[in-house]
Amino acid sequence: MASITEKQVQMIEEKAADIRETIIEMLVAAGSGHTAGPLGMADIFAAFYFHILKHDPKNPTWDERDRLILSNGHITPVRYAAMAHAGYFPLEEAMTLRKFGSRLQGHPEREKLPGVETTSGPLGSGLSQAAGMAYALRMDGKTNHVYALLSDGEQDAGNTWEGAMFAGKNRLHNLTAVIDRNNIQINGMTEDIMPLEPLREKYEAFSWHVLEVDGHNIEAFCDAVEEAKAIFEKPTVVIAHTIPGKGIKEIEFDYLWHGKPPKKDEAERFLKELRTLRGKIKSEHE
Amino acid sequence: MNTLATPHNLAPGVLEGKPELLPTRDGFGKGLVEAAEANKNIVALCADLAESTRIHWFKEKFPDRYVEIGVAEQNLATVAAGMAAAGKIPFIASYAAFSPGRNYEQIRTTIALNNHPVKIVGSHAGVSVGPDGATHQMLEDIALMRALPRMTVLSPCDSTEARKATLAAAAYRGPVYIRLAREKTAIVTATDAPFEIGKASLVLEARDPEIGIIATGPLLYQALRAAVERQDDVAISVLNLSTIKPLDDRAILDLASRVKGIVTVEEHQIAGGMGSAVAECLAAHHPLPIEFVGMHDRFGESGEPDELIARFKLDAKGIGEAIDRLLKRT
Ligand SMILES: Cc1ncc(C[n+]2csc(CCOP(=O)(O)OP(=O)(O)O)c2C)c(N)n1
Ligand SMILES: [Mg+2]
Repeated sequence: MASITEKQVQMIEEKAADIRETIIEMLVAAGSGHTAGPLGMADIFAAFYFHILKHDPKNPTWDERDRLILSNGHITPVRYAAMAHAGYFPLEEAMTLRKFGSRLQGHPEREKLPGVETTSGPLGSGLSQAAGMAYALRMDGKTNHVYALLSDGEQDAGNTWEGAMFAGKNRLHNLTAVIDRNNIQINGMTEDIMPLEPLREKYEAFSWHVLEVDGHNIEAFCDAVEEAKAIFEKPTVVIAHTIPGKGIKEIEFDYLWHGKPPKKDEAERFLKELRTLRGKIKSEHE
Repeated sequence: MNTLATPHNLAPGVLEGKPELLPTRDGFGKGLVEAAEANKNIVALCADLAESTRIHWFKEKFPDRYVEIGVAEQNLATVAAGMAAAGKIPFIASYAAFSPGRNYEQIRTTIALNNHPVKIVGSHAGVSVGPDGATHQMLEDIALMRALPRMTVLSPCDSTEARKATLAAAAYRGPVYIRLAREKTAIVTATDAPFEIGKASLVLEARDPEIGIIATGPLLYQALRAAVERQDDVAISVLNLSTIKPLDDRAILDLASRVKGIVTVEEHQIAGGMGSAVAECLAAHHPLPIEFVGMHDRFGESGEPDELIARFKLDAKGIGEAIDRLLKRT
C-alpha cells in the first residue's frame, strides 16, 4: 500500500537535500549548535513539511493544523530549515540562528517563532505535552493529528515514559510519536550509556502500536505514518532508524558531532558533498 | 590603580584589566579529582553531560567510581541519595537548568530532608551560556537552592575558587549546591587566597567607602572593573560573596555599617537570588538603600556571552549605572 507516488518521493528527497544544505549554512553562520541530529532527521522533516502535515505556512496558528511537537529541541536547525523552505519565513532569516534578537533561538521558543508549537531543549517533556494536546483535541471532537518527535537519548528520561503510559491508557489514536533512533547521545552510544533495547517491546508493553522503519526511506516512512492513522485503538510510535549526520560521510555515525558546528572549510567540503547527493537523487528516479 | 583602596588576595592582572581566563567548571573538574584522590568514598554521577561539566576528568581517573545515569536528572538525584545513604559521598553533575532545575523535588525530599551529603553541581548557570538560549540559561537556581533547609549554596567567582569550593564541599557533612558557569572568565582570586564555606571576603577595601558592592560568581570581575573605573569620584569596597548560604551576616553588616548604600551583582533573577538574601539580612539588622544588578523578571535569550552580559546590564557599565542610581538615592 503506497501512500505516496514516486514523483512525490523525489520531490521530498530534493527538499531534504535543500534542508541539509541550509542546516550546514545556518550552523556555520551561527558558530555553535548541533550537526548530527539535524542532518539525520532531514528526510523525516522534509516528509512532514512537504507531504504529511496539514498546515499553512502563512497561517501558523490555523486551527485546523496538525501539531508537530519537537521534543528534542537541540535538533531545531532541521525544523527551522524545513520551515524556511516551506515558506514560514524567508531563507535569509534562517541565517540569524542563535544570534541576539533572532526569532530562531538556539533552542526553539514558542513565544518567539509562530509554528514552533512548544518551547523545548530540556529533554523528555515532549511526549507528555503532545499527549495533552491530543487528549484536549479529542475532548473537543477535533480531528487534527498530533505528531511528537523524540530522540532516543530522551528515552532515558522518566517523563517520556510517564507520557507514554498516559497516552497508552487513554488510547490516543490521534497521537503518533516518531523516535529518532540514531543510537547516539552525548556521552557515547545509547546502548553503552543507558541501553534502550528492546525498545519496541517497551512501547508495546505500554499499550502502543509500534512500527519500525528506515528513517531515510521516505516512502516507507510516509507509509508508516499513514498506517498509524488507521490504528484506532492505540497511539502509534514509529521507531525511525536513522544515521546521525546522514548525507556527510565524515559526520555519519559519529557521536562527537552531536553538539558542534562545522568550521568554514569543513562546511565548504560538506556542501560540495551534499550537491553530489542531489545528482544521485535525480538519477535514481530516472 | 586606586591608591585609596587596598586589594586583598587578588590574582595578578585583575585590577589592570588583564586577568587570566578559565571557566569555573574547570576548577570544579580539578578539585573533584583532588578530593577523590584523598577520599575513596567520593563517587561521581553524571546525566549525559560528562565533558561539558568537566566530570569526565574524574571518569578518566576513577572509572570504577563513576556512574553513568543517562539523560535522567530525577534518577541522578535519587540514585545519589541512595548511594549517600549507603555511605558514599556523591557528586552529581549536569546543567543547572536540569539539576537542580528539573529534579528540585527529588533534591528536596531525598537529599535535603534526608540530610544526605550529596553535592549537586549545576554548570552552565546564567545568561553567559550564550547561543543555546533561555532554556539552557539557568537564572533561578540560587532561589531554589537557598530556600531549601539544610542546603549550602556556593557560587564561586572563578576557577581557582571553584576548585577550593569543590574541596570544601567534599569535606563538608551536609548537602551542598555548587553553581558553575560555562564560559571562560577572569581568574580574580589569588591561588593562595583563603576559602571557607560561609565566609565572604573583602577583595577591594576602600579606606572610607561610600558604596559597597556585593557580588557573587564570575560577575565579581565586572564589579571590580566598575569600582576601578569609578575610583576617582566614588570610594567603593567590593565583597566577594561566594557562599550564599549560610550567609556571612557579619561581613555584610560590617560593610553596610561603613557605607551609604549597597549594590548587589549576580547573574540570576533578582527575585530570590543573592541580592534578596543580602536584602533580608540588611532589612532585619541595618536597613540601607540597595540597587540590585541581575535579571529583572525576564528570561535570557540567544546571543554571544559578552553581548548578553552587556545587554542585560550585568557588565561594569551596567554596574556603574546602578552606582549612579544609588548615589542619587543616598
Ligand atoms: C533534561 C536534559 N538533560 C540534559 C540535556 C543535555 N543534552 C542535550 S542533547 C542530549 C542527549 C543527546 O541524545 P539525543 O537526544 O539522542 O541526541 P542526538 O545526539 O542523537 O541528536 C543531552 C543530554 C538536555 N538537553 N535536557
Ligand atoms: Mg540520539
